Amino acid sequence: MISEKLLREGVADESDLKEVIPPDWALEKGPVAVAECFQEIPCNPCSTYCNRGAIVFENINDRPIIDYEKCNGCTLCVSKCPGLAIFIIDKNFSEDEATVMLPYEFLPLPKKGDVVTTLDRYGRPVGKGKVIRVQNTRYNDKTPLISVTVPKDMAMVVRNIRVEV
Amino acid sequence: MIKTDVAIIGGGPAGLSAAIAAADMGAHVTLVDRNQELGGQLLKQTHMFFGSREEYASTRGFDIANILKEELKKRNVDVLLNTTVVGYYKDDGVWGMEHGEDKFVKLKAKKTVVATGAMERHLLFPNNDLPGIYGAGAVQTLMNQYGVVPGKRVLMVGAGNIGLIVSYQLLQAGVEVAAIIDAAPTIGGYLVHASKVRRQGVPIMTSYTVKKAYGNGVLEGATIVKVDNRFQPIPGTEMDMDIDTMCIAVGLNPLVELLWQAGCEMRYIPQLGGHVPVKDENYETTVEGIYVAGDAAEIEEATSAMVEGRIAGLNAAYTMGFDNGHYCDEREKAIKRLQDLRSGPVGVKISNGLLKLAEEAV
Ligand SMILES: Cc1cc2nc3c(=O)[nH]c(=O)nc-3n(C[C@H](O)[C@H](O)[C@H](O)COP(=O)(O)OP(=O)(O)OC[C@H]3O[C@@H](n4cnc5c(N)ncnc54)[C@H](O)[C@@H]3O)c2cc1C
Ligand code: SF4
Ligand code: SF4
Repeated sequence: MISEKLLREGVADESDLKEVIPPDWALEKGPVAVAECFQEIPCNPCSTYCNRGAIVFENINDRPIIDYEKCNGCTLCVSKCPGLAIFIIDKNFSEDEATVMLPYEFLPLPKKGDVVTTLDRYGRPVGKGKVIRVQNTRYNDKTPLISVTVPKDMAMVVRNIRVEV
Repeated sequence: MIKTDVAIIGGGPAGLSAAIAAADMGAHVTLVDRNQELGGQLLKQTHMFFGSREEYASTRGFDIANILKEELKKRNVDVLLNTTVVGYYKDDGVWGMEHGEDKFVKLKAKKTVVATGAMERHLLFPNNDLPGIYGAGAVQTLMNQYGVVPGKRVLMVGAGNIGLIVSYQLLQAGVEVAAIIDAAPTIGGYLVHASKVRRQGVPIMTSYTVKKAYGNGVLEGATIVKVDNRFQPIPGTEMDMDIDTMCIAVGLNPLVELLWQAGCEMRYIPQLGGHVPVKDENYETTVEGIYVAGDAAEIEEATSAMVEGRIAGLNAAYTMGFDNGHYCDEREKAIKRLQDLRSGPVGVKISNGLLKLAEEAV
């Protein structure tokens, strides 16, 4: 069941997120993907681009259910998702920080080391984060991926950044 | 007069795929488009497409156009650009075309695939003709093909995929999007698209419509109003918005004038976007030898438009006796693809519409 909030405002609420939040053991083992794709739509690149078989579709309208035994957060699916709905969470980046890797198709791109404003699913500022990686290869095909540090408890909150110019 | 086996009218994803398929079967194909460039809607689609790899998912629309154009080049297809098909002489089976500004050309084809796409709907409200009020598709063309931004602050009317995607692309171009409103109680487009615009800070307001636009000679603002579940405005909920641009994204109508002229049986099916031709499984209309594919057949997606084009092109060539030995396989594969694409909840509307069309046609 998709929540009213998501259907009316485009923002996933707890009941939606509950279905996609990785289990603790998965978050402990290292970076993993979170696919915030709650609706059955005719789309499957996340599945076809994952070469570890962590997302298996029987029908093109299936929703991505990630097998956390197999997902190692390799990022291959992230820039291929036309919905820009996949994020990579690394819960144990440091003692008190996690990282969120997100697709970011805006200019200017931040550079590694920059401090950016972190935003939630409404686009509201929720803090500052440091960019630790910018992945923008041919494979990314104009969907660069930005990895940003966040407090551990913000790993499921931060979903966008703003680059201050 | 130009003579050909298969004429394709419209060089969007449907027409390009039809041309490729018919040429593969061995037919001589002539592809006509009124634009300077082939690709149709794809040319302005800077976002990655949904679907599956067979229909180039994760590839941006304009890159898909390039792939299809490359494929077309490998085949011997005659292409007439800057050429608008304006009429059909029923008795002779001849298409009349305007080439450029002043040249009239006739085209006689044994079979024709009409893949003319769709046109944008407008919305009725006071002052809806003020400069600054555009169709969302027009704004997308302006920005992504001609590099011109329409204004500084936009109200998007319509939260279907087009409204959501064009909003996102406005943001990418540095234009502020004040809000996306929609009279329906829920977002019509894909929720992943909605979420990616929402996290840029753009409010999505469902159950809202435009009451009026205002401005002195140009658009300066709009009053929006909440509607109840029967789409009636709720007094006292009006809200003024300062905007210099409004984009209307409330749906598309199939572009079917040529099919009317040709005498194809038509039906009004709201789920399919309005008046659409009755067609069989091969996408042949009720006029023998005239096929339809893509948005002209029903408002759907580029993915399905490509598959429909393939089916129409294959069958048009095959029924003239052309077959490279793969007709049956290719046709079956394509029909299966369409079924798969439409098998989910978002395909229900199209499937119901098609069912209704089939029922009414009997
Ligand atoms: C903003 C937006 C976003 C979209 N996003 C997606 C998406 O993510 N995924 C997806 O699958 N689909 C998407 N679509 C839908 C997709 O673009 C269309 O479904 C698809 O382009 C339809 O293809 P078509 O070939 O039928 O028509 P079109 O692409 O419209 O092509 C029709 C062609 O016919 C030509 N033509 C028309 N009349 C004549 C005439 N009389 N004589 C000569 N030529 C003529 C036109 O010039 C045009 O080139 C989107 C559409 C829009 C507007
Ligand atoms: S991050 Fe890598 S392993 Fe995990 S789902 Fe995506 S592609 Fe598969
Ligand atoms: S690629 Fe993205 S939008 Fe498509 S099904 Fe997978 S997660 Fe959803």
